This record gives sequence, structure tokens and C-alpha cells, in this order.
Amino acid sequence: MAIAIALIVLAGGSVLFYFLSPWHLTPLASNWGAIDVTIAISFWVTGLVFLAVSLFIAVALIRFRHHRCGRAHYRPENKPLEFWLTAATTLGIGALLAPGLVVWGHFVTVPDDAHEVEVVGQQWHWSFRFPGEDGIFGEARNALIDASNPLGLAPGDPAGRDDVLVERPLLMLPEGRPVKVLLRSKDVLHNFKVPPFRAKMDAIPGQVSYFWFTPTRIGDFEAVCAELCGIGHFAMRARVRVVEPARFEAWLAEQPTHAERLACPPGDPRAGEALFATCTACHGERGQGRQTTGAPRLAGLGTDYLVRQLRNFRVGARGTHEQDVQGRQMRPFARSLAGEAAMRDLAAHVATLPMDPSPLTVEGDPRQGRRLYRSCANCHGAGGQGNTRYKAPRLAGMNDWYLVRQLEHFRAGIRGRHPRDPYGNQMVDMAQVLVDEAAVRDVVAYINGLARADAAPAVARQAEE
Amino acid sequence: MHEREYEASPEAPPAETGEMELVHPRTFIGKYIWSQDAKVIAIQYAVTATAIGLVALVLSLLMRLQLGFPNSLSLIDPESYLQYVTMHGMIMVVYLLTAIFLGGFGNYLIPLMCGARDMAFPYLNMLSFWVYLASVLLLVAGFFVGDGSSGAGWTLYPPQAISQGTPGADGGIVLMLVSLAVFIIGFTMGGLNYVVTVLQGRTRGMTLMRLPLTVWGIFMATVMALLAFPALFVAVVMMLLDRLLGTSFFMPEMLGMGEEGSQRGGSPLLFQHLFWFFGHPEVYIVALPAFGIVSDLIATHARKNIFGYRMMVWAIIIIGALSFVVWAHHMYVSGMSPYFGFLFATTTLIVAVPTALKVYNWVLTLWRGDIHLTVPMLFAIGFLFTFVNGGLSGLFLGNVTVDVPLSDTYFVVGHFHMVMAVAPVLVIFGAIYHWYPKITGRMLDATLGKVHFWVTFLGTYAIYYPMHFLGLAGVPRRYYAYGETAFVPDSVQSLNAFITIAALVVAAAQLLFLFNLAWSLFRGREAGPNPWRATTLEWQTPHTPPRHGNFGDELPLVYRWPYDYSVPGVKDDYIPQNVPPQAVEREPAADRGRGGES
Repeated sequence: MAIAIALIVLAGGSVLFYFLSPWHLTPLASNWGAIDVTIAISFWVTGLVFLAVSLFIAVALIRFRHHRCGRAHYRPENKPLEFWLTAATTLGIGALLAPGLVVWGHFVTVPDDAHEVEVVGQQWHWSFRFPGEDGIFGEARNALIDASNPLGLAPGDPAGRDDVLVERPLLMLPEGRPVKVLLRSKDVLHNFKVPPFRAKMDAIPGQVSYFWFTPTRIGDFEAVCAELCGIGHFAMRARVRVVEPARFEAWLAEQPTHAERLACPPGDPRAGEALFATCTACHGERGQGRQTTGAPRLAGLGTDYLVRQLRNFRVGARGTHEQDVQGRQMRPFARSLAGEAAMRDLAAHVATLPMDPSPLTVEGDPRQGRRLYRSCANCHGAGGQGNTRYKAPRLAGMNDWYLVRQLEHFRAGIRGRHPRDPYGNQMVDMAQVLVDEAAVRDVVAYINGLARADAAPAVARQAEE
Repeated sequence: MHEREYEASPEAPPAETGEMELVHPRTFIGKYIWSQDAKVIAIQYAVTATAIGLVALVLSLLMRLQLGFPNSLSLIDPESYLQYVTMHGMIMVVYLLTAIFLGGFGNYLIPLMCGARDMAFPYLNMLSFWVYLASVLLLVAGFFVGDGSSGAGWTLYPPQAISQGTPGADGGIVLMLVSLAVFIIGFTMGGLNYVVTVLQGRTRGMTLMRLPLTVWGIFMATVMALLAFPALFVAVVMMLLDRLLGTSFFMPEMLGMGEEGSQRGGSPLLFQHLFWFFGHPEVYIVALPAFGIVSDLIATHARKNIFGYRMMVWAIIIIGALSFVVWAHHMYVSGMSPYFGFLFATTTLIVAVPTALKVYNWVLTLWRGDIHLTVPMLFAIGFLFTFVNGGLSGLFLGNVTVDVPLSDTYFVVGHFHMVMAVAPVLVIFGAIYHWYPKITGRMLDATLGKVHFWVTFLGTYAIYYPMHFLGLAGVPRRYYAYGETAFVPDSVQSLNAFITIAALVVAAAQLLFLFNLAWSLFRGREAGPNPWRATTLEWQTPHTPPRHGNFGDELPLVYRWPYDYSVPGVKDDYIPQNVPPQAVEREPAADRGRGGES
């Protein structure tokens, strides 16, 4: 008896849950209202069948439970009943399938007036490419990727020269224009998913997949990865900003083309040397960092990373949180630089500074740290040497007290929360790996060990000289 | 009205072949360790599968702790979380469910229900278990190698399964792949046995259309497994070559750890096709034995013939066949040609028709039955309800358009746990409560059993039903943490905490079940040979538990189908399959009870 009541309550409760629960489809922001309709049809059809079958079982249990002189009815089969049940079920299935296939017909048919954007996934970051004025994407291959060619465009293909590259994980799209999204991957499988758009697809290394949609609502939308892609899967995020077409065109025009990126002149280290004089007061003569001033080592950092951080300080994407005391001190200095060229010159000078060993100040358990560091290694390198392809700075040999402070800042959201600091956003997510202060010290202790292994040959060479 | 299949025959046909000779061991080791007795092998399989299944259960609790109470346990980091995800899924699907249904229930029930003395090839059968055990040990060894077990997800998708940045890419994945290959070899030995025994080892009078549905379900599942596992075997071997020798079956031109790899030209999608060519039939390899067993539980405990037996048999065969042409519904958003979607959505939804018919026939078996709410019956009803729920949510995911927003979300997690985890496990529990008396000679304690049922049934529903709505809201699966995700409201965290508490309670109830198994072995009520008054042959053995050779001196002869329950005009409400028509005790016409009305 209890079981019959339980079934009635569960079945009724399940249907009520659908209406009362706070968890529903995100508000639609694309043309795929038809997908929502097929979902609604599915809920209604299956909900009715679920109620009917559950209640039938419950009634059977109440009416035909064992009585002392009870006896079951004997009838092996009932052809007409079985036939009608088959027919009704087939009809019901058809009612679900037919609208689904019709909508799928639209889904696979990209409208002729759709513009194209390429979404490129990599562990654990999204970047984007537009075809430029010619409307044609240049050929691209993973084997051609390097620091100056982040998407691997073929040098010989003229169609690629005007391709617009967006390396920050921020994609702008014009409202109301259908867009065909072409997906590629640099490494493993990913899936570009923005829930309010409904459509999504895997990105596969070695081939191009696609889907299309029309953004119908202006606003900011979060993109996530929906195909397991390794340790940082949960932290692989991007932002899609749907704007008025005019704003989109303006934004697109600001983004560098492939040819412009290649033509960008390298910084001049001698010009940078003069600029660097201002930095030495806090960061040390040779950019080795000073714990007393709280200013970290600069020597060893790649130009790409340095320029990006200076830019972040200038625009307020870093050093604006009230608890980021040192960051706030840094902002005026960054803003005193004349512009992009000055930043590049400065970074070029820093690249010439020698890599002296940093003093070790942090104690932790490097064996625990080794395990934790695996989450870091994919971007920052197994030796902590950094990776320009992944925008990841050097860790090995940097000031350990600085690493601890920055990890604490990421964990607490003091650094990396700004929407214009996408790599910082990623570090905020990744720093969740470090559950407490001890974990932070352990991983930094392990990085210290990497620095020693890294520096040993260099120290030996210096001794020989 | 009665068709030929349902009529008893006056005598059994003559024997076509002589009886098989069995090797009767004399030592303890021969009887219980290197045993060739299918019943002992069944218990070996079941105990091993349960033990490894408990490991997977603990892994699921660790995952739930991280999701419900993030960062409360420092041993769970993103790496170990993915390792738990992977090992939990792989163990549960392959090493627990497949092994316990086919190796466990298949071994115990096929010879007994067919009226055979043992499996057709007892030595091979023994070997099958030991190879299975080796595969389990290899898999478990993955926990202890340098960087731990694989964290690639149980689907093992390349390139990530064998590239850096995925946990276990150094050693764990190799052990897992080798273990799978060994498992498949072991299963093939057992599987050939089950098929040959069903086809060739049946006793006189046991026609195919007189086989209990349990045997039909296990038989068809075994045939499917023999056809589907080779696809996985091929995929596993190719991936091992990619990993160890640097071949490029599945590895395209790509970066790994920011460095350019040397492999190029392989197809990650090829692996997915091979994997799901195995993986989808695998769902039914688990489901069909459950379908068969639950049919027998319902018929026996409702004292009623299974409704539409022939249709039930054909539905099993059709579902088995169709399940080989639906695999790519797991790949709607994989980047394969989207035009496949039309074909695979259609075939997938067609499978729903025979599946729905099975559900109708179960509930129609209850209708006008004489339902005894025993513990096995409760679990059977729990299965029906859970399976209907999980089957219906399958209609969302099978329908390609509806799947696009829902795939890779918690909707999928909710769906497949409902339909292929909870539903079959409820059947396993029901089956253990049902056959334990035959296996041990003692009844399991019914009060403990009912507590076990209620906590498990209600608890699992509380765990998995709400998950569908997380998926509807877009919450992605296989996430270690959600951080600040714009479309994930804070209320999701409270729900996750609730689900975790429910999971802990359900897990605790399983301890009660284990206690019941152990306690009843010594203190349970004596069962007698046929405590449920069932018709099938395993309940008609001269000894309980049955001895080696199952049936004493004379093999039983079969005169009727297995569902002669509550036959009008007959005194008892059941007639065992081996009772000839002339021996059936009839009632005086005047005393016919309710069963006579129609």
C-alpha cells in the first residue's frame, strides 16, 4: 500500500517540480526558439505518459494486492490490446520525432547571408578569428602555430593576411545577423557552449566543425567548454558580447589583422634601458625584485607578458582592487609610459637582464606541490619556464614570496576578477585548485625546486666564466 | 484462446544426445577456488564485481562531496576529481554491471533455468572468471602508479585521454586500456559459454519459446556483447599503439603541453564511432538481463503469467538488433556530419516502441494479478517507476534537436543514471532477494530488506531527478567547480548539497544490505526448496543449494512454459515447468475462485 502511495506522490511531485523548480532553460538569446518548443513538446508528451503509467501501476497495486482468497487472472496475451498499444506508441513517438527532424533541417542549413567567425579552442582558452575584408579565411594548421602566429595561419596564403585575430577570450557579435561558427582546436576536444544561444558543437583538432545561430538579444553572455578537456576544463571560459551592428563593426576594425600583427616592430632594448631607470628603485638594479618594497622580479619575464600586464595596469584591469596595495602603487608608473611602443621597448630591455637566482623564502612540502603543480604545468610548462603560445609567464626562478602573494590574490579575487583581464579570470578559476594557504606554499616550494634544477647549469657556467 | 506456446505438452521429446560428464573435484580448492561449477563461478563473479563496485561507490561519494561542499576535502583537486569520474564510470558500467549480470546471474541461472548440469565448457568458464579478476586487478593498479589512474572520462576520448594535461596520461591510461582488453578476452570465454549452453544445453522439452525471460534477456545481451565488445577491443588496441608506439590512428596534428606533437593524420572521431558502436549496445547489455529478470520477478510475485510472452521475447530480440544502429546519437554535437542526425534520431526513437511495449506488458502483468508485496516485488516496482522515468528522458536526448542544448549537461547525468544505473541496480537487488534462498538455503531478512528498498528507491530518485533540471538550466557536467558562472544561479549550490546528503544516506543503506547478506547466511530463516512457489526449474532442484550437476540423478523434463501461474481450475496457483499435465492437481469445478472470471 505504501508503495502505491509513494508512486502517486512521486509522480505527482515530479510533475509539480517541473512547474515549481527555480531551474529552467536560460532566457533565450538566439533564433533557436524552435529548439525550446521541441523541448516543451517533449516535456508535455513524456510527462503525460509518465503520469499515466505511474498511476496505472499505483492503481494496479491497490486493486490487486494479495487477498487471502485472491487469485490472479490467467490470460497469456491479448492481441488487439497489444496492437493498439503499439500503434498509439508509434504515433506518440512520431509526434516527438517529426518536429525534431524539421527543426534539425533548419539547424543543418546555414543561411546564405550568414557571416563567419572561427572559434579556436585550446587547453584552456578560447580565441577567435574573423575572415577580414575578403570574407575568406586563410588556411590554418596546428603545426604552424608559434608565438607570433597564435592560430597557425599558413604564411603563403594571401587570404589569411586580412584575417582578424582576437586573442582575448572576448567575442563581439552583431545583433540580428546570422553567424556561422566554425570550430577548430589546437589540442584536444572542446565544445563552445553559450547556454542562451542553445546551439553548440565540439571543436576537434585536425578538422573544422560548425553550427549557426542568430543572436537576438543585446548583452553579455558567458561561454563555457562542454567537452571534457583535461584538468582545467571547468575553468575554460570566454565572453560573448552581442552589440548593435555599428558597434560591432567599430570593434572589429580595432582588432589587428594577421598582417598587422606580423608587421609589428620588436621593441628597442636601448630605448627601454632609459625607461627602466624608473623601475629600478623598487624592482632592483637588475630587475631581480625586492621583498622590502614588495616589487617582484622582472628579469625572466617574457615581453608578451610584461606588455600585457603594463597594459592591464594602465587601463585599470589590474591594480584597482583596494586590497591590492602593491598593484595600486604600480598603476601610476604604468600610466606614465608613453604608449604601446614604450611598453615594448621596456619589455625588450627586461629580456636582456641576467637570470640571477632568487633567494628562497618560502617553505612547503614540494612533494604535495608536485601533484598540485600538474594543473599549472599545461600552460606554464613542466619546468615552469612559461609558454608564450598559452600566454603563461615564467614561474621558475621568480620571487617565491611574490608567487605566494599573487596566488593568494587570485584565490581571494583581489587580482584577476576584472572583465578585461581574461587570463587573470582563468587564474582565479585555476587557483581554486589550491584549497588553503598550505597548498599555496607547497606548490611554490615545488616551483622553487624547478628553479634550482633550471639554474644549476647556468650557475655552473657562470662559475666557469 | 490459448496459443500453442502456452499449452502444456503431454510428454517431453526423446533425448538427442547423451548427458555431459562433469569433473567432480574433491579438494576444497578444487570446489571453491579453481571451480568449474558455474554456480561457484557465478558467486566468484558476483563477489568480485560487488567489491569493485563498492570502490566505485566510494569514488562517487568523493565526487559528490566536492560538488555539494566544494573544497571541504583537501585531497580532492581537479586532477583527482576527474580520476574519480573516470574510474567510477568505467567500473560501474563494465566491471560491475556487465560482470554481475552476465558473469554472475548468467552463470548461476542459465544452466539451472535451462535444465542443464553445467555450462557447455566448464573449464573455459573457470578461465573466464580468472581473466576477469586479472582485468580488475590491472584496473585497480591504476590507482597506485606514479600519477594515478586516468582522468579521461570513462569514454576515453582521444586526444585528451593520452595527452598531457589529462590525469593519468603517463601510466593510468595504459593500465586501463590493457585492463579493458583483458576484460574483453575473459568475457568472450564466458560469453561463448552462455550462448552455446542456451542453444545446446537445454533439457528435453525446454524449447526456446519455453525459456524464462531471464534466460532470454541474458542470452540476447551475451550475443550483443560478443558482437559489440570487439569494436571496443579494436579501439583500445589502436589507442594503446598511439600511446606507446606513437602511431596516429586517433591522434591528429596538435599541440600538447604547448609543444607540437609528432603525430598527425589520425581521427579523434573514428575513436568515438568505435567506442559508441560498443557503448550503445553496452547500455542494452546491461538493460536486457534486467528486463528479463524483472519479468520473472513480477510474474512470480504477482502470481500471474507474464503478459504477452511472445511479444516480450521479440521485443528483446528487436531491441538488441536496433541497438546496433543508434550509436551516433551519443555524438550529435561531436562535429560529425550533422546530416547523420536525421538517421540516428529516427532509429533511436524507433527503439522506444519495443521498449515501451515491454513496459506495458509489465504493468499489464500486474493488472488483475495477486500481488505479493515481497521485497523482490518492491524492487521490481521500483525498477518499473525508475525505468519509465529514465526511458522517457531518453526521448529528449535521442531526439537530435532537443539533445543539442542538453548534451554534456546534468540532464545527461540524470538520464543515464536513472535508466542504466539505478534501474538495473534495483533489479540486481530484487534478484538477490529473490534467488538468495536458492543460493544459500536461507531467506534474507525482509524487514532489513524493506528498509534497504525504501531508502534506496526514494534516495536515488531524490539524487537523480533534480539533476535533469540542473541540465535544463545549462549546468555542464564533469566540472570540478562552478566558480562564478553567469548562468548558474546560487540555488544550484544548495541543490548540490541536498543531492550529496541524499547520496550519503543511500550509500549508508547499502551497508545495511551487506550486513543482511552476511547475517542471513547464518541466521536467516530456512528457505526450503521453493519459498516463492515459482515455476522455473531452478526451484525444482532436489537439493537447496543445488549441488554440482544441479539436478541429482535425473535431469528434469519440461512440459510447459514458465508462466503457468494461477491457471484456472488448478488447485495450486503455480505449476512448475517439469510437472506433466496428468500430474496437475485440479480443483473441483464448484470451488473455482476469482481466477475463473474473465
